[in-house]
Amino acid sequence: MKLNKLNIVSALIVSLGLTACVNDLNVTPIDPNLTTKDAAYNSPLAYKEGLAKLYAAFTVSGQQGPSGQNDISGIDEGFGTYSRAYWNCQELPTDEAVIAWNDQTVKNFHWQTWSASDVFITAMYSRAIYTATLCNEYIRVTAGNTDADIVKYHAEARFLRALAYYHGLDLFGNIPFTTEKDPSATKFFPKQIDRADLFTYLESELLAIENDLGAPQFEYGRADQGACWMLLAKLYLNAKVYTGTEKNTEAITYLNKIIGSTYSLATSYKNNFTADNDKSPEMIFPITCDGTYTRSYGGTTYLIHACLGGSMSESNFGVVGKWGGLRTTSALSSKFTDLSGNTDSRAMIWTDGQSEVINDIGTFTDGYGITKFSNLNSDGSPAIHHSDDFADTDFPMFRLADAYLMYAEAVLRGGSGGSLSQALDYVNALRERAYGDTSGNITSGDLTLDFIIDERARELYFEGHRRTDLIRFGKFTGGDYLWPWKGNVKVGTSTPSYRDLYPIPSNDLGANPTLKQNEGY
Amino acid sequence: MKKHYRLLVVALLALFIAGSAKAQEVVVNGKVQDASDGTALPGVNILEKGTTNGALTNSDGDFTIKVQKSSTLVISFVGYTPQEIAVGEQTSVKISLTPDITQLSEVVVIGYGTVEKKDATGAVYAVSSKDFNKGIIASPQDLLVGKLAGVQVTSNSGAPGGASTIRIRGGSSLNASNDPLIVIDGFPVDNSKNGTDPNPGQAGVVNILSSINPNDIETFTVLKDASATAIYGSRASNGVIIITTKKGKDGKPKFTYNATVSIASPIKYYDVLSASEYKKLVTDLNEKGFSGIDATAVSHLGNSNTNWQKEIYRNAISTDHNIGVSGSYKTIPYRLSYGYTNQQGILKTTDFDRQSLNLNLNPSLLDNHLKIDISAKGSINKTNFGNTDAVGAALSFDPTQPVHASNEYGGYYTWLSTDGTPNKIATSNPVALLNQTDNRSTANRLIGNVKVEYKLPFLPDLKLNVNTGYDVTKSSGLNTSPENAAFKYNTLGSGRRNDYNAKNHSELLDLYFNYTKTIGGSKIDLTGGYSWQHFTRQNYNYDRNLNGSVISDSSRYKNENYLVSFFGRLNYTFKDKYLLTASVRDDGSSKFPNNQWGLFPSVALAWKIKSENFLMNNDLISDLKLRVSYGQTGQQDIQSNYPGLATYQIGKINAQYQFGNQFYQTLRPNAYDGNIKWETTTTLNLGLDFGFKNDKITGSLEIYQRDTKDLLNYIPISLGSNFSNFLNTNVGSMQNKGVELTLRATPISTGTLTWNAGANFTYNENKITKLTLTNDPGYTGVNASFISGGVGNYVGNYNIGFPSSAFFVYKQVYDTNGKPIEGLYVDKTGKGGDISSSDLNRYHFKKSAPNVMIGVNSRVNYKNFDFSFSGRFSLGNYNYNNNLSSRAYYGAIYNQSGFLSNVPSAINDTKFANAQYNSSYYVQNGSFFKMDNISAGYSLDKFFTSKLKARISLTAQNAFIVTKYKGIDPEVSGGVDNNIYPRPRTFLLGLNLTF
Repeated sequence: MKLNKLNIVSALIVSLGLTACVNDLNVTPIDPNLTTKDAAYNSPLAYKEGLAKLYAAFTVSGQQGPSGQNDISGIDEGFGTYSRAYWNCQELPTDEAVIAWNDQTVKNFHWQTWSASDVFITAMYSRAIYTATLCNEYIRVTAGNTDADIVKYHAEARFLRALAYYHGLDLFGNIPFTTEKDPSATKFFPKQIDRADLFTYLESELLAIENDLGAPQFEYGRADQGACWMLLAKLYLNAKVYTGTEKNTEAITYLNKIIGSTYSLATSYKNNFTADNDKSPEMIFPITCDGTYTRSYGGTTYLIHACLGGSMSESNFGVVGKWGGLRTTSALSSKFTDLSGNTDSRAMIWTDGQSEVINDIGTFTDGYGITKFSNLNSDGSPAIHHSDDFADTDFPMFRLADAYLMYAEAVLRGGSGGSLSQALDYVNALRERAYGDTSGNITSGDLTLDFIIDERARELYFEGHRRTDLIRFGKFTGGDYLWPWKGNVKVGTSTPSYRDLYPIPSNDLGANPTLKQNEGY
Repeated sequence: MKKHYRLLVVALLALFIAGSAKAQEVVVNGKVQDASDGTALPGVNILEKGTTNGALTNSDGDFTIKVQKSSTLVISFVGYTPQEIAVGEQTSVKISLTPDITQLSEVVVIGYGTVEKKDATGAVYAVSSKDFNKGIIASPQDLLVGKLAGVQVTSNSGAPGGASTIRIRGGSSLNASNDPLIVIDGFPVDNSKNGTDPNPGQAGVVNILSSINPNDIETFTVLKDASATAIYGSRASNGVIIITTKKGKDGKPKFTYNATVSIASPIKYYDVLSASEYKKLVTDLNEKGFSGIDATAVSHLGNSNTNWQKEIYRNAISTDHNIGVSGSYKTIPYRLSYGYTNQQGILKTTDFDRQSLNLNLNPSLLDNHLKIDISAKGSINKTNFGNTDAVGAALSFDPTQPVHASNEYGGYYTWLSTDGTPNKIATSNPVALLNQTDNRSTANRLIGNVKVEYKLPFLPDLKLNVNTGYDVTKSSGLNTSPENAAFKYNTLGSGRRNDYNAKNHSELLDLYFNYTKTIGGSKIDLTGGYSWQHFTRQNYNYDRNLNGSVISDSSRYKNENYLVSFFGRLNYTFKDKYLLTASVRDDGSSKFPNNQWGLFPSVALAWKIKSENFLMNNDLISDLKLRVSYGQTGQQDIQSNYPGLATYQIGKINAQYQFGNQFYQTLRPNAYDGNIKWETTTTLNLGLDFGFKNDKITGSLEIYQRDTKDLLNYIPISLGSNFSNFLNTNVGSMQNKGVELTLRATPISTGTLTWNAGANFTYNENKITKLTLTNDPGYTGVNASFISGGVGNYVGNYNIGFPSSAFFVYKQVYDTNGKPIEGLYVDKTGKGGDISSSDLNRYHFKKSAPNVMIGVNSRVNYKNFDFSFSGRFSLGNYNYNNNLSSRAYYGAIYNQSGFLSNVPSAINDTKFANAQYNSSYYVQNGSFFKMDNISAGYSLDKFFTSKLKARISLTAQNAFIVTKYKGIDPEVSGGVDNNIYPRPRTFLLGLNLTF
């Protein structure tokens, strides 16, 4: 009965197999690039890599670079990068920028006709809160860790969360709000926080981490005390918009700390926007980009390619590919008396083949071009990690020049702890650098708030500040200040004031029943 | 866990272990023949009555059996009336079996078994090889096009060896797979395409079925309702297609040889402006001062006259050879076949080349108690993917430019940037794209399985089955472009080299028993068992420029998943009139860590009304059976293998971040839903099978409703609650309702003339019944159907109350002449302002799925001639004409970076200045009738010698299309018509030989 023996053996194998097989259902990833949560933080390096993600979330779309394994969905990965979404929300609806493309509702930005279903606005909202949620997780993981490095990482994570929430506060006002005390990755409905309460929270957070952060410029790319002071100063300078109460004195306190620190102006204005701008002593907080190792279709890659078009030559910018998108309106170009850049070197404006008048936003040659950002080094040599497609240039989120102008503004707005003469010196320091001599200097009589808002345009255009600035000056919506195609009219028209805030995206209203839409939408 | 299953296993083992006993014997020799014509009958079953002792006749109808003295032999054979013969003292017997017309019944394959068609309680339909579509068919699913009600097979393109999309009853999922489960000879194959996005051709296999030679397929059986499919539980929500390959038959070797040669050509070209028309348009626009078309634009016009579409397409020649031999070696029936297919694509440089070897061995041992089915299918598939970017480029490339120019880019005319380098955002020269791309892959696949069926000696009603199998596909490929390819220009070194390889494999173990017993008027057929399957996929991709200085992708992945299942089915028949089927499957999936198990039951009842006394003698109605079934099936096939696990993803080389002078990889927590679980579809099915006039007309009517709940959906979640804004989670419900009618008729059947005709009718209605946790009226749903043109533009949307394939666009306003007014849309919300700034103003407008599909086919045999055709209506399906929307506007003509683009002639219908992607104008009626094939053949009983039989045939495939649709081909999988490799029209000459 040979068959019977065979049967017994196979029976044994079968019954052993069955037990094993049911247990097979308990799997763990076999991909070398995927690990379980429990095994993730297995080395000091892993903590730094976790921190690196929090920073990278501000410019890279996901884990693959330049696209793939994206962090957020529902949007093109390039448009959905944090830096690009933020830039679009801050610049496209203003006098500084128009875009030619036919991508979904992108032109609604400039017309100020966006709706709650707008994907670009949804992307920015998602990015800000997603990044804060990432930070929450990292803050949980590193909480209570006394390792000196990790204490610093922990504080940086809290800074980055505050930065993301600051963008949420500024753009959307009343956002769903979670901290490390909320559950991680479960189904729940985060509660909306009032704009003023969020302001208070961010202020307390930044004050709490100030001493745990590294000293200014301790390591390039990292958020340090300088970044913390700058964010505090920005909160305070805009406090009236966020809370109804002016806090210019507090702004001056922290601007003084920055200005009194190790930063100094770069010798040349343009050196803040070249591939080697990591060398600029003016940089307070960059979003770093790299042609090889930090690739995305956001950040400066977007700014350089999208500004190129018409008769511009790509080789002068160190990239290949003119995306033919971004130009400016006459409202900005008319703020310079000489567009050649020979007088005020900040006028990095392309007029060849372009018309100042915009008849059709969709035509690249309508409106002057902007040549501010480049993927070449300041001496014209190629970037160290050059790529035709991806820029090496870091995006200057905070730089000293901004602090100078904020100081002047806070003083003009009546803050104490600074002086008008000091303010004039700071403003003239910027102008001297721009003009190459004192010919462009202003007098104390010239130093008014109206001058400041225009000077901010001349100094900081295309750096992602304009919408916030115009709102602070009451010029973003309404009819006080018009620019071409504001309100979808060629000469510009008044727009309703509720558009000072973006809407809470309909996606989140659909997913979170506790949310209330911002007024007007 | 699951202890009760262990009991079942132990019981099975006990039966296995028991032995058998034998007694004193005598040898009987005999011969069995057909009583009607005296031909020997091979494979007849000889059984010693009351025992399990048996034998089979050989190819000459002879048999030998050892039996006990004075025993009785039972001789049975499918299609013949069984006979009993008392052996007595005889040692030699001669038996003539009479054909039994009433017994002739179709046996259909179902999950883990077979059932006679007349006894089936579920919606089970089979298509056998004689009914397959004719033509150059490289891919098995194309055999089914238009053949079955409720089954929609759409080839995704005309690319050789390309994939098709199969939908049974409309598909039950939104984000999980809507592909049916495909089971090949008892082996369920992995549905997932081993491709890395964004390029599906990356892994070298574009079609999971293209490695199977269609010539080896005997039948397709499609299981549609829950009663039939629930035995496959978790993978059955979208129906099941069981493919059975041809098996050997007892007897002398029989050879078959088929060969076809064919020529394929484009049906038509897309209507774009000619060089002179284009030149005139550009100069006119410039004179009229059209925004952006300035003197520089005009200066770019060339003096050539190039029809770019003619430059990239060709008449494609293909050949196909198959040789097969079947018979039996001693007692082992076998079939061995070899196939060679070489198919050229109509797009130059594309082709598909397959060699396949298929072996089936089906020995019966131990007096027929042990049946073994060994099946091995191997193939080598070589695909030349070419560069399908040329399809779209040929529509857009300026017709006034020449193909060739003297330059450093291989001599192909190229748009240059202001600094003299190739303009990267300009349209690439279509001919250069083809000729400067070498994009080919080789995929080797082997599917092997061994099925063993053991009939217990002491309890012949009980059969034990073991089925083990292995399916492996290894592929590798290389995509290169030379240094001088303008479309791969890079200042650090041009050209491209992309190496990739992939390996998918899956292992299967099924253990099950089958018990049948007839007691009085009751017949029980019980099946129960266990199934285990493991899937592993791995992939490697390395993409860089030719000198390796620019790495655009260097990635690999590896993943796996397991399915473990216990299943059972009871078929109960009472008085051969009342039938009950109940089945249950308990499925475990490794994808749902906290909800591993899902239970999927079904029950069905059938009533053979014809067998009742009041119909028994009715001459008009020859068959009538009523069926009703109800059951649940599951779905777990989502792309992610760990959607419920807390995982961290390590970032790749290009996604690092810089601190100081150091770059760091990033570590990201992934979004997950710890409570993710099965998607469940509940199906109610009513069926009526009927036959009239001695089955001259037969058919079936099905009415069904399918409700899917806990949809595995990739949807927006509340921000702040998880590590993304979208998540794979169970939210939403969907419903499909439909009617299907299948008709077959034999209007004429005389000695020399036979006419068979068939038709099938499908109506399906789909709608989403629940989508989010809340019902916010301002919520506009989840966007879908992303299009080409701009970035991120979409024209589809999932929302409550609408079909999942609905388009989502602004409603175009037309002038009194019926011309669309540019940018003017219906203000749905009545809020005024910029209508197209709010999705709330969009309408769910038409849909890509058809309301009604009708398949028709006919076959006439007259003497030695045969003539057949097969065609299809698809009604109520709309396409979004993306070829038009992204090209037919004046603003598309000139890009200020310095290049021109051609426009479709249809620009004159709209005269749009700017892109109007979201206009309902572009949602166009895609209803059609397609004559899929027309074939004529002539058979010769004697071809040179009397042993050689032959058939010669002539076939036109994709013969003609009747449609109002303005694109090239109205049949568009997914409904967004954009740059699809066109399906050709093909003429074939075929030769079949048997000897």
